[in-house]
Amino acid sequence: IPPSRPGAGQDVGRSCILVSIGGKNVMLDCGMHMGFNDDRRFPDFSYITRNGRLTDFLDCVIISHFHLDHCGALPYFSEMVGYDGPIYMTHPTQAICPILLEDYRKIAVDKKGEANFFTSQMIKDCMKKVVAVHLHQTVQVDDELEIKAYYAGHVLGAAMFQIKVGSESVVYTGDYNMTPDRHLGAAWIDKCRPNLLITESTYATTIRDSKRCRERDFLKKVHEAVERGGKVLIPVFALGRAQELCILLETFWERMNLKAPIYFSTGLTEKANHYYKLFITWTNQKIRKTFVQRNMFEFKHIKAFDRAFADNPGPMVVFATPGMLHAGQSLQIFRKWAGNEKNMVIMPGYCVQGTVGHKILSGQRKLEMEGRQVLEVKMQVEYMSFSAHADAKGIMQLVGQAEPENVLLVHGEAKKMEFLKQKIEQEFRVNCYMPANGETVTLPTSPSIPVGISLGLLKREMAQGLLPDAKKPRLLHGTLIMKDSNFRLVSSEQALKELGLAEHQLRFTCRVHLHDPRKEQETALRVYSHLKSVLKDHCVQHLPDGSVTVESILIQAAAHSEDPGTKVLLVSWTYQDEELGSYLTSLLKKGLPQAAS
Amino acid sequence: MAAHLKKRVYEEFTKVVQQEEIATKKLRLTKPSKSAALHIDLCKATSPADALQYLLQFARKPVEAESVEGVVRILLEHYYKENDPSVRLKIASLLGLLSKTAGFSPDCIMDDAINILQNEKSHQVLAQLLDTLLAIGTKLPENQAIQMRLVDVACKHLTDTSHGVRNKCLQLLGNLGSLEKSVTKDGEGLAVRDVQKIIGDYFSDQDPRVRTAAIKAMLQLHERGLKLHQTIYNQACKLLSDDYEQVRSAAVQLIWVVSQLYPESIVPIPSSNEEIRLVDDAFGKICHMVSDGSWVVRVQAAKLLGSMEQVSSHFLEQTLDKKLMSDLRRKRTAHERAKELYSSGEFSSGRKWGDDAPKEEIDTGAVNLIESGACGAFVHGLEDEMYEVRIAAVEALCMLAQSSPSFAEKCLDFLVDMFNDEIEEVRLQSIHTMRKISNNITLREDQLDTVLAVLEDSSRDIREALHELLCCTNVSTKEGIHLALVELLKNLTKYPTDRDSIWKCLKFLGSRHPTLVLPLVPELLSTHPFFDTAEPDMDDPAYIAVLVLIFNAAKTCPTMPALFSDHTFRHYAYLRDSLSHLVPALRLPGRKLVSSAVSANITPHEDPSHQFLQQSLERVYSLQHLDPQGAQELLELTIRDLQRLGELQSELAGVADFSATYLRCQLLLIKALQEKLWNVAAPLYLKQSDLASAAAKQIMEETYKMEFMYSGVENKQVVIIHHMRLQAKALQLIVTARTTRGVDPLFGMCEKFLQEVDFFQRCFIADLPHLQDSFVDKLLDLMPRLMTSKPVEVVKIVQTMLRQSTFLHLPLPEQIHKASATIIEPAGESDNPLRFTSGLVVALDVDATLEHVQDPQNTVKVQVLYPDGQAQMIHPKPADFRNPGPGRHRLITQVYLSHTAWTEPCQVEVRLLLAYNSNSRLPKSPWIEGGEVSPQVETSIEGTIPFSKSVKVYIMPKPARR
Repeated sequence: IPPSRPGAGQDVGRSCILVSIGGKNVMLDCGMHMGFNDDRRFPDFSYITRNGRLTDFLDCVIISHFHLDHCGALPYFSEMVGYDGPIYMTHPTQAICPILLEDYRKIAVDKKGEANFFTSQMIKDCMKKVVAVHLHQTVQVDDELEIKAYYAGHVLGAAMFQIKVGSESVVYTGDYNMTPDRHLGAAWIDKCRPNLLITESTYATTIRDSKRCRERDFLKKVHEAVERGGKVLIPVFALGRAQELCILLETFWERMNLKAPIYFSTGLTEKANHYYKLFITWTNQKIRKTFVQRNMFEFKHIKAFDRAFADNPGPMVVFATPGMLHAGQSLQIFRKWAGNEKNMVIMPGYCVQGTVGHKILSGQRKLEMEGRQVLEVKMQVEYMSFSAHADAKGIMQLVGQAEPENVLLVHGEAKKMEFLKQKIEQEFRVNCYMPANGETVTLPTSPSIPVGISLGLLKREMAQGLLPDAKKPRLLHGTLIMKDSNFRLVSSEQALKELGLAEHQLRFTCRVHLHDPRKEQETALRVYSHLKSVLKDHCVQHLPDGSVTVESILIQAAAHSEDPGTKVLLVSWTYQDEELGSYLTSLLKKGLPQAAS
Repeated sequence: MAAHLKKRVYEEFTKVVQQEEIATKKLRLTKPSKSAALHIDLCKATSPADALQYLLQFARKPVEAESVEGVVRILLEHYYKENDPSVRLKIASLLGLLSKTAGFSPDCIMDDAINILQNEKSHQVLAQLLDTLLAIGTKLPENQAIQMRLVDVACKHLTDTSHGVRNKCLQLLGNLGSLEKSVTKDGEGLAVRDVQKIIGDYFSDQDPRVRTAAIKAMLQLHERGLKLHQTIYNQACKLLSDDYEQVRSAAVQLIWVVSQLYPESIVPIPSSNEEIRLVDDAFGKICHMVSDGSWVVRVQAAKLLGSMEQVSSHFLEQTLDKKLMSDLRRKRTAHERAKELYSSGEFSSGRKWGDDAPKEEIDTGAVNLIESGACGAFVHGLEDEMYEVRIAAVEALCMLAQSSPSFAEKCLDFLVDMFNDEIEEVRLQSIHTMRKISNNITLREDQLDTVLAVLEDSSRDIREALHELLCCTNVSTKEGIHLALVELLKNLTKYPTDRDSIWKCLKFLGSRHPTLVLPLVPELLSTHPFFDTAEPDMDDPAYIAVLVLIFNAAKTCPTMPALFSDHTFRHYAYLRDSLSHLVPALRLPGRKLVSSAVSANITPHEDPSHQFLQQSLERVYSLQHLDPQGAQELLELTIRDLQRLGELQSELAGVADFSATYLRCQLLLIKALQEKLWNVAAPLYLKQSDLASAAAKQIMEETYKMEFMYSGVENKQVVIIHHMRLQAKALQLIVTARTTRGVDPLFGMCEKFLQEVDFFQRCFIADLPHLQDSFVDKLLDLMPRLMTSKPVEVVKIVQTMLRQSTFLHLPLPEQIHKASATIIEPAGESDNPLRFTSGLVVALDVDATLEHVQDPQNTVKVQVLYPDGQAQMIHPKPADFRNPGPGRHRLITQVYLSHTAWTEPCQVEVRLLLAYNSNSRLPKSPWIEGGEVSPQVETSIEGTIPFSKSVKVYIMPKPARR
């Protein structure tokens, strides 16, 4: 299995992995890099196939979840580069993915005025090629290739995929989360023992604290600010964390009977929330169990935001996009509220350098806005990290659950991965790889080949042995017939019959020189009595013609032509009695006991 | 063989018939025909499907013990002939069922069963037959020989290829493998060891079901008292990494069992030379299973962790330790940070980004990402996805913390975190857990802060559980107390219905931390060294709450009253009087009013108030010597005294009320007998008789109250109460006799009364000697005469008797409490009518606390009275009752109201009733042999006593709009 990667080996963003397994080529994820605005943002698809059509080369494409770094290049790939094969993703991903792509396209084309970008129609066309899969549903892509999705947490609809060809299998995790949060459960996989586990390793060197402390801190801060009468701004990206925080605040409001309004900035979100409502089965236990009474995503306290609300008096909490305060609504609100020390802004995630979010987090209190305005930030600035990736312990836990033969780390920083790699090799004693972008890793597999065995033979062999012991290998005699790529183990008689061959007898003969001055007859007799005494549980016979037989082995004594003092013992046995025959020869070579009787 | 059997069956059949005919009872005649019918049916059956149908029909009816053997023979006979495995299977299962029949000794069919077992080919039938043998074996636990034989059979079939057969064999071994080595001989002693080894061999079977069965069989052996060998431990440990969850789950159990058996033995740690105690090793392994892939196993593991108390403490503490790191640098947990902040005396300043930035570098080699040890097991368990696992983990924490104070201190942070769980059940559970371990812990301020934040929870259960928790919590600083008080007051303003619970909570908080409250007193009472401050409003619940805290603290802190201002003393006097259960008696300097207050260590009998009670009652019991007028006055006086006493002394309220009620009955009786009507000729006093009959009716009611509203009423009292009721009935009889003309109705009444007397005699025959000279005593003396005399005479006799009867002394029970109920919701203050469309229903939430109600599930009913006099009684579901503490219950239910349309809103009354049934008491009493009272009588309601104040709810059914 050589997986290679046009993108996302050892960096975050632009996930795209190519796996060849058992002669099948599968592309895992088709992400883009958010940091670039030129060609580099998409993976280099020409890498996959130098010439020829992609459709012929790739058997299928699998998308793990709807984040743009995992699906952003999909329309480009399918429509502009040209791929007509099937694309697999889960139902929620299929539903939410086009919304995000469209949004992304709008920003790129309408705002930045880029040409040569995919169009809305392309997104639609692309989505038509998508085949949606259910969790734990085994989908036969073709006769040999099958895929199966497992729950991955992370975001709504995120899945891990097992790709299987024959007895070889690969598990690709995408992004996953081993600790459940307020709206999603934890990733889970059975002991599928794949040949290779491809896992993300964003937090390769981190072990996180209990999420409860984080949640409590967050709630306490919000609560205190609201009780003071302040306004709380939480800049978020529209999907994923935002919903978790919404649920968190919603339940808290419900529990504590709070009355201050919570707003959610409109747009993308409403549609997305709608999907969260629909895909209840993909959420965590609490939401699934209580949705009979009330769907948790039908928020009681959270209402849609209107621009005018920002000036309303009294406390309120507003979720606004985008998450890094670099533009849009969140920035507008921030500017309005920054001057009041009662107010608070909570940054729920990482901020890229250069954004307002990053500036205020690093403690800057005076910001220069466009038009040479200086904005003094008096409001409280808080940072809360809510991340939905598995930490080092979680990754190890998943590796332990799946029990793979090899592990391959992607989607992380090289230095950190090195540490995790060491740990995995040490704890599980499996090989671990961490290829760079574009690097190909080839893994030899030892495929197990099923062999049919005839019942008669099995029973016969079983009868010979003692009790069957599941854990110990057993020796079995039979003939292996390979015929039209299937294997059968049959007894030798049947094999002969089937192949129409006559049985050949293979006989070994061996001469043993024996120093014995007596007559041949007597020698034979001595040999007989000797063997009789040694081989107690074999049938030793002395035939009238002077020869001795042990089972089917024939021993004849003859005088040596030159030296009458030595006798030549002729030992002859068939191939089947090889064991006994060689034992006999060695026994006879030692000579007869000198007990003259 | 078959023919022979058939013959035997017929023989038996006929024999049975003969026997049955001798027996005269009709019922038994049908039985022989049952086996015969079965036989005929089976012979008739042409196809296996038919036969199966017949067998199924047959299985629906029970078979008597005597005919079992016959049936078994027929079945066996058919079994031999039958070719279809499904029919054989059914027969085998029927054999098993039949051998379980009580009174039938199955040893006679065992031979046959083993016999057919040897010839059987079908695996399913084999398994079923083994099951039958298991049933037989368990039926004959004493018979060693049979047990041995069955074990042999099981061992023989263990090599079967079908998992079902192997399963059953193992089950058989587990259930029947011999136990007592002392009884068996040496040779058999070997066999005993064998059983464990044989079962142990199947731990590595290829079928997971068989592996599970093997472990279960092992556990079964353990349950039956067989000591498992330590060697099993290693085998079981290997099974922990099995592919199948049921195997892992059972293996966890097995490991736990072994660890409890051999906690102290030493096992080596693989890949090192160290050795540890087995229980520690097992603990580590089970901890590891807390992060298993299957939640069933996780729950199992988390539960078992709680009961491993012998684990050494450093292992235990590891379960709470998950070493954090970030970019390979050691990071402190939020808990550690909080602790540090606390110890450095600094409060959470506006935290900035990177506050939690990791500090020290860690050695990459030293970090163990998946420990084999116990690291962080509880951290994982408490964060689990499934709430079942979380609850199990909380429970385990609770159990471990109860046995180890140091662990309790450490797990506190985690428990406090659980207060914010998303599922209420988990939150509630963790609060309860915290309460249970509260003896071992002292809350830090930051922890208290988190705990108190939950006070704003909208769920009443949570808040109340938290109040209970605060009642028994230790707080370390005065700021903590202040914080708690502030938060409780906040809670009070937000949820005024929590008033009582909060006051109670503050009472305990005050009495537990007198020294911490002391420095807060001036601030709390807002006193000023120089200026007099305004007197706070005495009716403010918040102010009362503060006072409750202070007064309870002052009880053990004599210096505190010096800080009180004048009005505080006045308020104290008032509260001591009005809320005596919350405000203790204080020794106040220079105050005569309460200086005589009792200290707590006086026993109840020396307690002056108790003495007072006794004296006043004794005074009353010497009553018969006084003139009627004086008697009445004395009774009235005493009743008043008792009522007052009950209000003042909450612990005596039950006794006082009980006695007062009794005296009131007596007073009513005396008054009724004093009526002039008795002196006037019969036809003239039609109207005046009202008073007497009303008195009779009231006495009846009061006696029912006495009997059913008080918990702790003993038999002695019940006799007296019934006696009083009998007197009331007598009164009723004579009043009606005097007022009604004609004799006919009297007949019935007299008859009924005499029956009552008879009933009384039967019920309380044992107590009659105590009732010397009483009304009933005299009545019973004359009973033969009464039975024969005419109604008019009866009435006359009864009348004289009643007038002569003496006042019976009511012995006071040790513990007596009056049942009471308060409806918290609906509060009855709303002016907004509850509008609903007529003909439809509206649900009204009812929330009430019940005190000292026995068996509330059956007795407490909700009554709704509509303005048109229509009354509706609602039976709440048993699940609506909760039991927050001994003697207390909460009723939280919904009552459905409905009515036709009204023109304007009107009030309906909601109140709680205590349903009673005087007959239900009887079966418990030894003097009536059981069986006479049918269960239906027991549950029926004879009458009801209202025992709560009624609450008015404003409702408005609107006409439906078309």
